Amino acid sequence: MIQTRSLTYQYPASISISFPDIRVEPGHALLICGESGCGKTTLLHLLAGLRQPTTGQVVVEGETISDFSPAEMDQYRGQHIGIVYQQTYFIESLSILDNLLLSPYGKSQLKAKNIAKRFQINDLLFRYPHQLSVGQQQRASIARAVMNKPKLLLADEPTSALDNKNCGLVIDLLLEEALAYDAALIIVTHDDRLREEISDSVDLNAFAN
Amino acid sequence: MLRKIVWKNIVYKPLNTALCVGLLLFGVGIISLLLLIQHQLEQKFARDLQNIDLVVGAKGSPLQLVLSAVYHLDAPTGNIKLADARKIMSNPMIQEAIPMAYGDSYQGYRILGTTEAYLKKYDAQLREGHLFSKAMQATIGSNIAEKTGLRVGDTFLGTHGEVKGGHVHEDHPYTVVGILQPTNTVLDNLVLTKLESVWQVHTPPDTEQLPQDTELALNQGHEHSSPVSINDSMEITALLLRCKTKIAILNIPRIINEQTNMQAVLPTLEINRLFHMMGIGGMTLKMIAGGIMGMAGFSIFFVLYNRLRERKFELALLRTVGYRPWQLFRMLVLEGLILAIVGYVLGWLFSRVGLYVVNQQAKSDFNLYFSSEWIVDEAWLLLLTIMVGVGAALLPALQAMRMNISAVLSEN
Repeated sequence: MIQTRSLTYQYPASISISFPDIRVEPGHALLICGESGCGKTTLLHLLAGLRQPTTGQVVVEGETISDFSPAEMDQYRGQHIGIVYQQTYFIESLSILDNLLLSPYGKSQLKAKNIAKRFQINDLLFRYPHQLSVGQQQRASIARAVMNKPKLLLADEPTSALDNKNCGLVIDLLLEEALAYDAALIIVTHDDRLREEISDSVDLNAFAN
Repeated sequence: MLRKIVWKNIVYKPLNTALCVGLLLFGVGIISLLLLIQHQLEQKFARDLQNIDLVVGAKGSPLQLVLSAVYHLDAPTGNIKLADARKIMSNPMIQEAIPMAYGDSYQGYRILGTTEAYLKKYDAQLREGHLFSKAMQATIGSNIAEKTGLRVGDTFLGTHGEVKGGHVHEDHPYTVVGILQPTNTVLDNLVLTKLESVWQVHTPPDTEQLPQDTELALNQGHEHSSPVSINDSMEITALLLRCKTKIAILNIPRIINEQTNMQAVLPTLEINRLFHMMGIGGMTLKMIAGGIMGMAGFSIFFVLYNRLRERKFELALLRTVGYRPWQLFRMLVLEGLILAIVGYVLGWLFSRVGLYVVNQQAKSDFNLYFSSEWIVDEAWLLLLTIMVGVGAALLPALQAMRMNISAVLSEN
């Protein structure tokens, strides 16, 4: 379970944003919606510990991860958080298999191959990222995000670049994986197609000031 | 996994890698080659000098005299009268004097008329046969035996002058009576014989009346026991002297240079001057090579720095999956280090290839041979190369370490 308490973030020499408290149970999903520029990505980065909140707390399974030192946070993120980005990022020079095994935490060839089979990318393991289609790349990046059996699965606009068919596939995958690992799934998006699949949502536009 | 990424990255952009490694290769190769040649030349020149304090010969270029009489690398400056040489040899301040007569050659190897003292100076040991004891007998250096195939008992003809194709002294064949063991000195490339042989070869047939006892005249110890009639027309080419005191080393040249038509030269002085002059040339080359190394450093810097911009998402991704900033720092430094080491190893090989090419030339022109042994200076060169590689990677690595991943990931 993840919850936040009165999170605010002060941009350097700029405005301050306060975010609504959110709370997601394991195996459940939450959409965070809003126009671009309303702080969606910032919120996601606060949850992932990529940024430190100015005030407030992020609590995952009873641990206040927003109080962690940078080193503790890097390790915690490696071990318990999976992140899917709008753009798929890979190490270009490594094969898909090596990209799945990228994290220093909990890597195993067997697990990578099992996940690849489930994601239907097991034929692509020895190809290089640039040889994959956009849809295949997106599947591979979700596969990498769940390699560490995350407690928290975060996705930043995972479907905005995808057509309807791939969009449906990706959302189904994210939901299935969250359920399989009992992870709390939080998706930041302005893609209305997702509202049909996930009922819980928070609209940041209402809080923007 | 990070090590794998480093390796894959280096292979993934072969042109970038080739540029960095290529520049390092040339820098390291040239510097290494220069170091090798300089080191070995100095060693060889010091070994051949033994303890020759002074060289006396005909007036002319002092450096030429030293190069010709001590190192046998140059033509003689001319001849001096035996009578004049004898006066110097009997000077009480002289501990040892070795007369030399040369000017002929066999297949490009110099024929040197001298006394046994010359061979003792270089601790020559016989491998086969015995030392020359009569005129027209020759003891040859190990390298000549190897290259020309001459063996004990063979005869050969001397050629007038030092280059092949000169006049051949057909009526005065030499007989090989001994072969020396390798000494790693000039001896290896000399045909050694008695002074009388050289005189005999160069005396016109009608006046060929070589006094048998001239030899005794040259052995100081016997001087008084057997008075000799010296033929004033006899000439030698040079004298190698060892003095009894340091002051004599300074005084004798002054006297000879002022009062005779000969010159006396301190070989150490001339050789130091030669090295100084070569040093200027070597320094220029070293600066060029240093410039190439600097360029290599810059290119590693630019390549890593440019790649850093392309790779910032990759680096952010690495941070996302749990790597620490210092691990990214180490990764980039490792990349510079590997490029440096690969450049060094290839440069080292390059210098050996260069040495092989130089040897082909030096061997035929100067009878010089450089071995490809490893020298200590090359360890310093390795250190320098590593510093260039790591130094160039340092700034990109620091940037990677300090990168704000959240800002990078928010860019889109």
